[in-house]
Amino acid sequence: MRVAHLSLRDFRSYTEVELPLDAGVTALIGPNGQGKTNLVEAVGYLATLGSHRVAQDAPLVRLGAERAVVRGQVVRDDRSLLLEVEITPGKANRARVNRSPVPRAREMLGILRSVLFAPEDLALVKGDPAERRRFLDDLLVLRTPRYAGVRADYDRVLKQRNALLRSGAGVRRSRQDSVDLRTLEVWDSHLSTAGAELLAGRIDLVEGLRPLVDKAYQAVAEASFASAGPAAIDYRSSLGEDVPLVADRDMLAAAMLNQISELRKAELERGITLVGPHRDELVLKLGPLPAKGYASHGESWSFALALKLAAYDLLRAETDAGGEPVLVLDDVFAELDGHRRERLATLVAGAEQVLVTAAVPEDVPEALTGARVDVMGGEVRRIR
Amino acid sequence: MYEGVVQDLIDELGRLPGVGPKSAQRIAFHLLAADPVDVRRLVHVLTEVKDKVRFCKTCGNVAEQEECRICRDPRRDRSVICVVEESKDVVAIEKTREFRGRYHVLGGAISPIEGIGPDDLRVRELMTRLADDEVTELILATDPNLEGEATATYLARLVKPMGLRVTRLASGLPVGGDLEYADEVTLGRAFEGRRLIDV
Ligand SMILES: Nc1ncnc2c1ncn2[C@@H]1O[C@H](COP(=O)(O)OP(=O)(O)OP(=O)(O)O)[C@@H](O)[C@H]1O
Ligand SMILES: [Mg+2]
Ligand SMILES: [Zn+2]
Repeated sequence: MRVAHLSLRDFRSYTEVELPLDAGVTALIGPNGQGKTNLVEAVGYLATLGSHRVAQDAPLVRLGAERAVVRGQVVRDDRSLLLEVEITPGKANRARVNRSPVPRAREMLGILRSVLFAPEDLALVKGDPAERRRFLDDLLVLRTPRYAGVRADYDRVLKQRNALLRSGAGVRRSRQDSVDLRTLEVWDSHLSTAGAELLAGRIDLVEGLRPLVDKAYQAVAEASFASAGPAAIDYRSSLGEDVPLVADRDMLAAAMLNQISELRKAELERGITLVGPHRDELVLKLGPLPAKGYASHGESWSFALALKLAAYDLLRAETDAGGEPVLVLDDVFAELDGHRRERLATLVAGAEQVLVTAAVPEDVPEALTGARVDVMGGEVRRIR
Repeated sequence: MYEGVVQDLIDELGRLPGVGPKSAQRIAFHLLAADPVDVRRLVHVLTEVKDKVRFCKTCGNVAEQEECRICRDPRRDRSVICVVEESKDVVAIEKTREFRGRYHVLGGAISPIEGIGPDDLRVRELMTRLADDEVTELILATDPNLEGEATATYLARLVKPMGLRVTRLASGLPVGGDLEYADEVTLGRAFEGRRLIDV
């Protein structure tokens, strides 16, 4: 699939911009701060209804404007769809597909699929577990849009349950306590239902990614040093060692309820939820060692790229999803050494559509020669 | 900031649900420009509504007497109670003409984030009504969102020992939304197809 046309209104630095795009490679070139990332961020927003740079929507709306509009003409197989989303901070997004409003913006998910590589990806390896959980969950939603709802439900139950636990934390047991516990049990049950569903999704996903990660790692890393690797991923859940990590929702929900009751006292004391997918970790390993804290800078980059490439491979393998996902490479080449740069460029060069941003044309590897658009002070100009 | 009383008006309006600072300003200036007769009529109904309207002592619905019209109506089936969050949900369900029993208005849903627990809702009043053996079925028609579901689960567990038939509206309602936004046909169908709740 590909984005044939992108238009923005009051998105980031753009008052109004129209950007026609072809299949194949397009390089967006311009000095720092001119709005290159803003353009690809908008493409990502159409695919995920979120930004890879910020968690909140407010920074996406042009300073002084009330709402932003992102519009993309998406070509899937031979079908063309117009996606539109209106972003108003603090309010629910409004979306339209082919000019008909959809009841909820998230019904737009899954139409455009994109995988974005950015300098921030290094945090997948070096950052907190939350970064890796987000990676899994974002991919889960791209693959199966229904999970957007599961994830939102889980987050909401978690917030409610934490609020309840907090209200009792440190408070001396009183008459009201028993009432609160009865309410807590209701949240336990909702938490375990939503949590088991999310967990089952992640388990399936990790199984799918597992073989692809090492393959991608070997493809990007310096092959002559055979010692580095294999690159492996392992899911570690908060349910305890004994619970088998198979995508059986009923079993997982029961295991979660069980673990919740084990940790009841600790949760009441600390006032937070200690069990559930929000506490889980995706462990990255290079050979016998964990990547985090052990891998070199270059190895960490290779692992981060391998995770993204594996995600891309996984999505691409789904033949009924409207074609290959759109690849976005935001400023990554400047971060990589010569070898990884060439390997990555060769790996992605044949994709259906690749959008690359770089400050100077020299930062785009030769393998990715294609169309060129110059980005300068909020204007875009097709050069080649 | 505007002078004195104009700003006071904007502040007061801004406290209403769903009214942001910009709308508050717009409404304030609309009122300033409006015919004094219209404004006085608004003031009058505001005062009336606070003086006259009360909450039904039985079900918690808005009422002009001690009991609301539905509770007073001898033709309503006394064996079924439908639990809703707000009075506006009663209005929505009445429109479907599917339901002939009586209501119980909780006054909200369980939401720890907002500091709302069972004690802040009319749960005890519900239990008192259920103790009366006339009631054989309880329909949980709280909103089809997380807090509504949690409230339904809570109530279902609470009344389980009483051995009543406890049902929940059928799916098909827009998930995550408010009951009042469901159209009549969908809501009517959800009533007809209600299912036993299992906790
Ligand atoms: N909400 C906003 N309103 C107005 N301007 C904004 C907004 N958000 C970002 N900008 C501006 O957009 C510019 C950043 O754009 P962008 O990140 O796309 O740059 P870039 O071309 O990718 O630069 P680099 O090469 O450094 O990555 C900054 O100058 C920033 O001030
Ligand atoms: Mg940039
Ligand atoms: Zn009444």
